[in-house]
Amino acid sequence: MNPLALLFLIAGLGLIGWLTGRARALRIDRGGAKRLHSLPSQHGWYVATWAVLPALLFVAVWASLSPSLVRDAVLEHPAAAQLPQFEFERDALLAEAKRVAEHPDDARAFDPVAQQLAAPTRAAETRYNWMGGAIAILLAFSCGLFAWSRVRAQLKARNQVERIVMTLLLVASLIAILTTLGIFLSLLWESLRFFEQVPITDFLFGTHWSPQVIEASNPGKSLGAVPLFWGTFFIGAVIAMLVAIPFGLMSAIYLTQYAAPRVRAWMKPTLEMLAGVPTVVYGYFAALTVAPAVRDLAVMLGMPFASSESALAAGLVMGVMIIPFVSSMADDSIAAVPTAMRDGSLAMGATHSETISRVLLPAALPGVVAGVLLAVSRAIGETMIVVMAASGAANITLNPFESATTVTKQIVDLLTGEAEFDSPKTLAAFALGLTLFVITLLLNIVALRVVKKYREAYE
Amino acid sequence: MNKPAPDAVRAPTDWKTDAMQKRIRRRYARERRFKLFGMLAVILSAAFLAFLLFTMVTNGWRGFTRTEIALPLDFPAMAMQIEPAQLATPGANLALSGAELEGKVSNAALAAYGPQSVPVLSDAAWLKVREALKADPSLLGRKATLWVPASTQIEQGLRGNDAAAPLARKLYDAGKLHTGFNTGFFGDSDSTDPVAVGIWGAFKGSLLTMAVTFLIAFPIGVLSAIYLEEYAPKNRWTDLIEVSINNLAAVPSIIFGLLGLAVFLGSWSLFGVRVGPLLPRSAALVGGVTLALMIMPVIVIASRNAIKGVPPSIRDAALGIGASRIQVVFHHVLPLAMPGILTGTIIGMARALGETAPLLLIGMRAFIVTPPGGFTDPATVLPVQIFLWSDEVSRGFVEKTSAAILVLLVFLLAMNGLAIYLRNKFETRW
Repeated sequence: MNPLALLFLIAGLGLIGWLTGRARALRIDRGGAKRLHSLPSQHGWYVATWAVLPALLFVAVWASLSPSLVRDAVLEHPAAAQLPQFEFERDALLAEAKRVAEHPDDARAFDPVAQQLAAPTRAAETRYNWMGGAIAILLAFSCGLFAWSRVRAQLKARNQVERIVMTLLLVASLIAILTTLGIFLSLLWESLRFFEQVPITDFLFGTHWSPQVIEASNPGKSLGAVPLFWGTFFIGAVIAMLVAIPFGLMSAIYLTQYAAPRVRAWMKPTLEMLAGVPTVVYGYFAALTVAPAVRDLAVMLGMPFASSESALAAGLVMGVMIIPFVSSMADDSIAAVPTAMRDGSLAMGATHSETISRVLLPAALPGVVAGVLLAVSRAIGETMIVVMAASGAANITLNPFESATTVTKQIVDLLTGEAEFDSPKTLAAFALGLTLFVITLLLNIVALRVVKKYREAYE
Repeated sequence: MNKPAPDAVRAPTDWKTDAMQKRIRRRYARERRFKLFGMLAVILSAAFLAFLLFTMVTNGWRGFTRTEIALPLDFPAMAMQIEPAQLATPGANLALSGAELEGKVSNAALAAYGPQSVPVLSDAAWLKVREALKADPSLLGRKATLWVPASTQIEQGLRGNDAAAPLARKLYDAGKLHTGFNTGFFGDSDSTDPVAVGIWGAFKGSLLTMAVTFLIAFPIGVLSAIYLEEYAPKNRWTDLIEVSINNLAAVPSIIFGLLGLAVFLGSWSLFGVRVGPLLPRSAALVGGVTLALMIMPVIVIASRNAIKGVPPSIRDAALGIGASRIQVVFHHVLPLAMPGILTGTIIGMARALGETAPLLLIGMRAFIVTPPGGFTDPATVLPVQIFLWSDEVSRGFVEKTSAAILVLLVFLLAMNGLAIYLRNKFETRW
């Protein structure tokens, strides 16, 4: 059965439940013998919830179970004996059979075994789909009927429905915790598997990174992440910030302190557009326009073999992307400085620029620093610009015209190749992810602390 | 400096002296410099944006045009063993491939234009012939001249970018070429040939992914905002939820890709039961779920601010006339907070629409020739398509990449514009 049709059917049953439940409550109400505890429509909701909720829960469970049921059924077919034993290849063939089974008109399998398995796959899928659909409908119907039969004057329909709504609200907000936990546990789990194969000290302090050639006997030798940490720091926290801090800070100062309201009204959204441009566009721009220009500059400066994937190109573009971020944080913290301080300084005869640089900025400094920390956390987590414009060569260098690579770029490189799931190469990506997650988390916590402390000082 | 005698009256500063005048001039000059730096920062930032857009437009506008070549085809002479009635059946594509239509079309090009140093037809030209045959089966019985996409060398030659320029010029002067609006760019999907590529497949993938994202992130985000703002007791659990949401908002997007890869696509065991893969790889479903987790904190934070903005007097009034706490929220607070919630949602969705990195990790980077038909089909999205094309070096792909970027930017601008419009229109001052 088509899942969409099933959902519509369940929703339809819910609607019928709402109507019949309300009708029954209305009839009791008109009978006039007893006063209803809840409004008729609340009785309707009561029946509808009973009809829909268990069925939906069942569908969710069934949807996660049925692929493995189908898989088991297909593997029992005689033709499945010819499947290769290696799990990765076998899964690929099963996926091919599934594709052919679902599009019999315009797909044809390249592999004869997959072609043979298409028919059993289709049969198993149809069987389990119908089975699940039938059970779901039955469940919706019987639960709805049960609830309908309980509709009477004393039924506290409103309280029951509201309790369910409250539970839903609580479950919805728990998803945030679940996500955080899911991120942390999945990263930690895969990283622990990685550290079983590679000593953690080799990973954190090793200075040689070349995942293309991993010695099976000593994988830690070519998986030292220090060059990646340096590249990430160099591109995201040095070059990008050298662009973003002066530009962001000065434009925030100009727009809040000097610009006419009309100019501010136009320029502020324009600068914010810089933050709305997708990172893949920045990456393309960096690779297509900025990187060649930077290389030409390097050649002009006397570096004939300059890389066209320099750290400078990626860092520059990343810095521009971060400008609105720094500028809006600076904007907020300058605006939070009490006007009295500014007025006092101006009244003493200081010029605007003296007031800004000697009164406003020192007072706003904690906020600005927090903004910069958040901006750094953003820059080191940025992926597409470095994937498209930075190089994969892991160098420890201070020369911005040379190539450097970052943690995020390596995660993408490691996971987009054809590799099995358990190799140290794939697992290394999760270890890098865990490092990145922990560092950005720390930066954020520190930044929020600073902001909080600073706020207390003036309010 | 000499200390003035305690009883001496300090003379007022003489501002007319040269030294003082010089000093004031210096201070004013510094003031002007400072202001100039600020102005320069704003102007340069805006100029960068303008330059970026300018680059995309100059590179990309030609992506919206396509050069087509006239191809005379003699279908009866091709001797294809196909009945016109067969072309209306679902098996038409297989039948036409079986009749070697592709080879026959290139033979026709060879007959019409002779052997050339570069191919004259696009790799996808025969697909256009196939569509034409399916649309009008009567073609099988007669000769016809069809306009089909020219090869990328011819197209670039006509634009003066390729060695095939003289040949292209000659064909153009003979009236065999014409360049027009590239409807295929909006109707076709990925291809190996830059002339034949289109964004429809990726765009449809984006639509499906965004639908999943919205259906998950919006209800969950709004419900949890309601809970945290209206009902949550102040205790350690709610503090934990708050901290989680604030931190999730700052987690790099690529981490969500790793989460999707490990939790939704990997197989793991829960209490000894083998679970997963929970969702199909490369599909809009898994992309949508991953992006939903990513933008949910954005929606929660925006919704909480909107709910916070509804004055307590409204709640008190509703409670006072006997509404339950659920009714207060769903009948009164939520409708009033809706504009703010929607604004936040649109901004979050715009972020999801432009996101690339997590989707690369969960396998939405396949070469997709047929647009996805549903949530579980292999799909790609517009930003990933841009990324994939950006790897191609040929001039034709540069044009198409920039053109796709322009389309993406138009959508993002429209969404952000809508958010600003909503905010201004429904903003209420209490």
